[in-house]
Amino acid sequence: MKELKVVNRPVRKKDAMQLLTGQPVYTDDLIKEPCLIIKLLRSPHANAIVKDIDTSKALALEGIEAVFTYKDIDQEQERYTIAGAAYPEFAPYDRLIIDRHVRYVGDVVAIVVGEDEKTVDRALKLIDVEYEVLDAVLDFRQALDNKTVIHPEDNWKILVDVGSDVKRNLVAGSSCGMGNIDEVLGRCRYVVDRTYHTKATQQCYMEPFTTYCEMDPYGRLHIVSSTQIVFHIRHIVASALHIPKSMIRVTKPRVGGGFGAKQTAVSEIYPAFVCYRLKKACKLVFSRKECFTASSPRHEMEMHVRIGADENGIIKGIDLHTLSNTGAYGEHGPTTVDLTGHKSIPLYGKQEAFRFTSEVVYTNHMSSGAYRGFGATQGLFAVESAVNELAALMHIDPIEFRLKNIVKEGEIMPAYFNEPLTSCTLDRCLMKARDMIGWKEKGQRRVLENGKVRSLGVAIAMQGSGISSVDVGSATLKLNEGGFYSLIVGSADMGTGSDTTLSQVAAEVLDCNLDHIQVFSADTDISPYDSGSYASSTAYVTGKAVERCATELRNKIIRAGARILECDPENCDFDGEKVFCEDKSVSTEDIAYASMVFSNDSLEASVSHSSKTSPPPFMAGACELETDLETGEVKVIEYVGVVDCGTPLNPNLTRIQTEGGIMQGIGMALSEDVNCTSKGNVIENSFMEYKIPTRMDVEKLSVEFEPSYEDLGPFGAKSIGEVVINTTSPAIQEAVYQACGKRFYELPIRAEDIAMAEKQKNR
Amino acid sequence: MRVKLKINGKKVCADIDPDMTLQKFLRKQKYFSVKCGCETSNCGACSVLLDGKPVLSCSVPAVRTQGYEIETLEGLQKEAEEIGAFIADEGADQCGFCNPGFIITAIALFREDPCPSDEKIRIYLSGNLCRCTGYEGQMRGLIRYREQRRAV
Repeated sequence: MKELKVVNRPVRKKDAMQLLTGQPVYTDDLIKEPCLIIKLLRSPHANAIVKDIDTSKALALEGIEAVFTYKDIDQEQERYTIAGAAYPEFAPYDRLIIDRHVRYVGDVVAIVVGEDEKTVDRALKLIDVEYEVLDAVLDFRQALDNKTVIHPEDNWKILVDVGSDVKRNLVAGSSCGMGNIDEVLGRCRYVVDRTYHTKATQQCYMEPFTTYCEMDPYGRLHIVSSTQIVFHIRHIVASALHIPKSMIRVTKPRVGGGFGAKQTAVSEIYPAFVCYRLKKACKLVFSRKECFTASSPRHEMEMHVRIGADENGIIKGIDLHTLSNTGAYGEHGPTTVDLTGHKSIPLYGKQEAFRFTSEVVYTNHMSSGAYRGFGATQGLFAVESAVNELAALMHIDPIEFRLKNIVKEGEIMPAYFNEPLTSCTLDRCLMKARDMIGWKEKGQRRVLENGKVRSLGVAIAMQGSGISSVDVGSATLKLNEGGFYSLIVGSADMGTGSDTTLSQVAAEVLDCNLDHIQVFSADTDISPYDSGSYASSTAYVTGKAVERCATELRNKIIRAGARILECDPENCDFDGEKVFCEDKSVSTEDIAYASMVFSNDSLEASVSHSSKTSPPPFMAGACELETDLETGEVKVIEYVGVVDCGTPLNPNLTRIQTEGGIMQGIGMALSEDVNCTSKGNVIENSFMEYKIPTRMDVEKLSVEFEPSYEDLGPFGAKSIGEVVINTTSPAIQEAVYQACGKRFYELPIRAEDIAMAEKQKNR
Repeated sequence: MRVKLKINGKKVCADIDPDMTLQKFLRKQKYFSVKCGCETSNCGACSVLLDGKPVLSCSVPAVRTQGYEIETLEGLQKEAEEIGAFIADEGADQCGFCNPGFIITAIALFREDPCPSDEKIRIYLSGNLCRCTGYEGQMRGLIRYREQRRAV
C-alpha cells in the first residue's frame, strides 16, 4: 500500500488558532443589529391545558414587539417532529409550535419578542396564564396503559410503523431474535438475571442552543444556528411553519459542542417562526437552565438482561428487554432504543440464541434526544455489567472470559442485522488494555496501607459507522485559480475536527499539502446534501464521499492536462504539482487557469456516498479506582482505553475524541445525576447541581489504538466519536463491586450510595 | 449609570444599568471572546482579567469595574497565540467554546508562576470546564509550553 502523507498524521485542526485566540465564529458572535430578542414562557406544570392566556400587559410594554400563544397556532393543523433524521422519519409527528396542551415542566406556552433582553424578561412576568392542571405521568414504569394519555389528540401521526399505540402511551415497540432463547438459557449452567437503570444524562455542550434568523435579500428565511444537521433543519422548519423548503436557507457557523444534542431542532423553530411572521431579524439563546430542563438529553432506560454461559465458559445467549422513556415527545425514542440491543448483543459471537425486545413510552418529562452512544451506551452498561457479574459467578477472569467469547473478524453478526464483521481487532484491544492497566500484576482488588481500596474493572464496546443504507454523505471539490482546492461538505464539524480530517482525505488523494485544501461546511444553499453529523457517520460516510470525489477530480485534472499536453490521458499521471507525460508536463496552476479561459469543462466534481453496512469500531476500557470505604469517595486513578477505529485519520483528534468520551462516561458513572421533584421539575438544572467531571476528578487517561483496516472506509477508517463513551460505566461498576463487594444497578454510583452500603454491611 | 474603565488599554465610558454583569457589558462592547456558558459562575467560559487577576465576568457587576482595567483575549492576542499553538498541536482546541476562558486563565497562571507544577496547573484551571477533551490534551499542551519556556 502507498505510504500515507497527510492522512493518519497528527496535523492541527484547520480552525484551531481562530478558536484558541477567541475570534467571533459562533452563532451569537455573528448577529447583525438590529436584532429582536426572543424568550419563551414555559409551563410550570408537567401536564396541563392552557385554558386562557392574557398577554395584554406584556404587549403594552414599550419595546415589546409581539407575543405569540396557542391562539396564533391552528391546533388542528398537521403536527411535526424536531428529531433530525432522514426522511421518512421514525419519529412521530407530535408537536405544534405552541400547543394548548403542555406536557412537561418547561413546555412552551408563549413566545415573547422584544427589543432587548430586559424588556422581554419583564414581559414574561406580565403574562397571565390560566391552566387546567392534569395528572402527570412521571414514572416511566407506570406509563404504559396509564389512565393519563399524554397524546390524546387526533392529529398525532407517524410515517413508519414502529409498533406505536399512542392511546397506551406507547411510542414504539419491537422484538427480534434468533433461536429459542428460553430453551438455551434453560440449558446454561450459569445465568445472570438483572435489571439496570440509567438516567436522562445531559450532553453539556459548552455553547448553549443558539439560533439567529433573518430574511435574506431574496425574501427567504435564513437560519443561522448551532446545529449538527443543516439539511434536516430545513425539512423540520418547513414542516413546522408549513412553508416551502425552497424558502429556507440554513447555515451553521462554528458549533460549540453538540454530542448529539444538536441533532434535534431544539431552538430553531421559534426564531424561524417569529422571523417569518414579522419579517425581522431575531435570535434565541437558551439559558443554561433551559439547556438542562427543556432540551434533548439521553433517554432514561431500564434494561432487563438475562445472560447465560455453559460449564466451559461459553456465552450461549442473551435476552434483553429495554424500556425507554422518551418524555413528552417521541423524537429519537423509536431509534435510540434499538441500539441498546443491536450494539451490545453482537459483541459475543458464540451465542446460539438471542432475544431483544423493547418498548418506548411517553411520560411528562422533557423529551429525550440523541447523546453520544445513542442507546448503545445504556445497553452496554447493562450487558457488560452482566457479563462481569457472570464472570464473577463462574470465578473466571473477566478479560479471559471475554477473549474466549468475543466476535471475530470474518464472522456474521446475527444481532447486527446479519452484517459481516469486515474489520476487528477487539481481541488485541483487550489484551493491550489489560497490559496497560497492569491487570495481572495488580490484581482486581488490593487494600492500601491507609485502608483505601484500589480496584480494577473492564468492559468492551462497539458502535456503528453511519446508518446502513440510509445515511448519505457528499462532497464537492473544485480546482481554483492558483491551484488550490475548495472542499464543500454538508456535514457539521461541531469541534470534532471533521473539516480537517475530511480535508486530509482530499489532500491525500490529490497529492497536495493540506494548506491547499480550503474547506467549507455547512450551508443548505451551498453544500451538497449530507444527512448530517450524527450516528458516527462523518469520517466513514462523508469521508468516503470525499475520497471518491477527490479521485474523480484527480482524473478530470489528468484529462485536462492531457488535452493541453496533447497526450493520451492513459499515458499521463498527476503528482499534485503537475500532470506529466514522459518529459512533458503542465502545472496544476496552469491547468486551473486554462479552465477559466475559453473552456467548456469545469474542474469540479461532486459525489454522494452511502454504505450498505455500518462497520463497527470497537473499544476495550479498563479502570483503576481508589475507593474510601468510609466516605464512599471514588477516585479514578487511571482509565485506559484501546480503540479500533480502523485507520485513525488524524491520531491527535481520535485520541482527544477518546479521552473526551471516556471523561463523559466517568461523569455518567459517578457524578451526573438527574432527579425531579414530585411536580416534575428537574432538580439538577445548573452546573452547580449537575456535576460534570473537572480537571481534578481524574488522575490519568491513557489511550492507545489497535487499528484494523476497513476496506469500505476512506483509507481504512471507521468511526470514533461515539464508541468511546460506552465502556466507562460498566468498567467502573465492576471496579466499584471489586472495592466494596456490592453491585450497583443504577447510575450514577454516588459516594453516599457506597458509604450507605458499607454501613448496612457492617450492621 | 455611568461607568469609566479601561478595556484592553482603551478608555471606555458607558451608560449601563446597575444590574448589568461585566460579561454582558463586554459582549455588548463587542468583545466576543467573552462567552456565556452557564450564568452561575461554574464553567469559566467568561473569564477575563480584572487588573491582571482572572475573574468570572458573569459574576462581576459591570459597575464594580469603575476605574479598573479589563483585559479580554482580544487584547492578549500574542500570548493567546503562544499558548494556543501548544494546544492546537494536541488537537485539544476541539469545539473551541471554552478556549478563550481557558487561555485567559492559563495566561494568568504563567504570569504568576512561570514554571507551575502539574498539580498547580490542574488546581489553577479547575474552574475552567471543558466537555470535549477530557482535559488531558489541554494538560499535555500546557506541560509542553512550560517545558519550552523553561528551555528558553
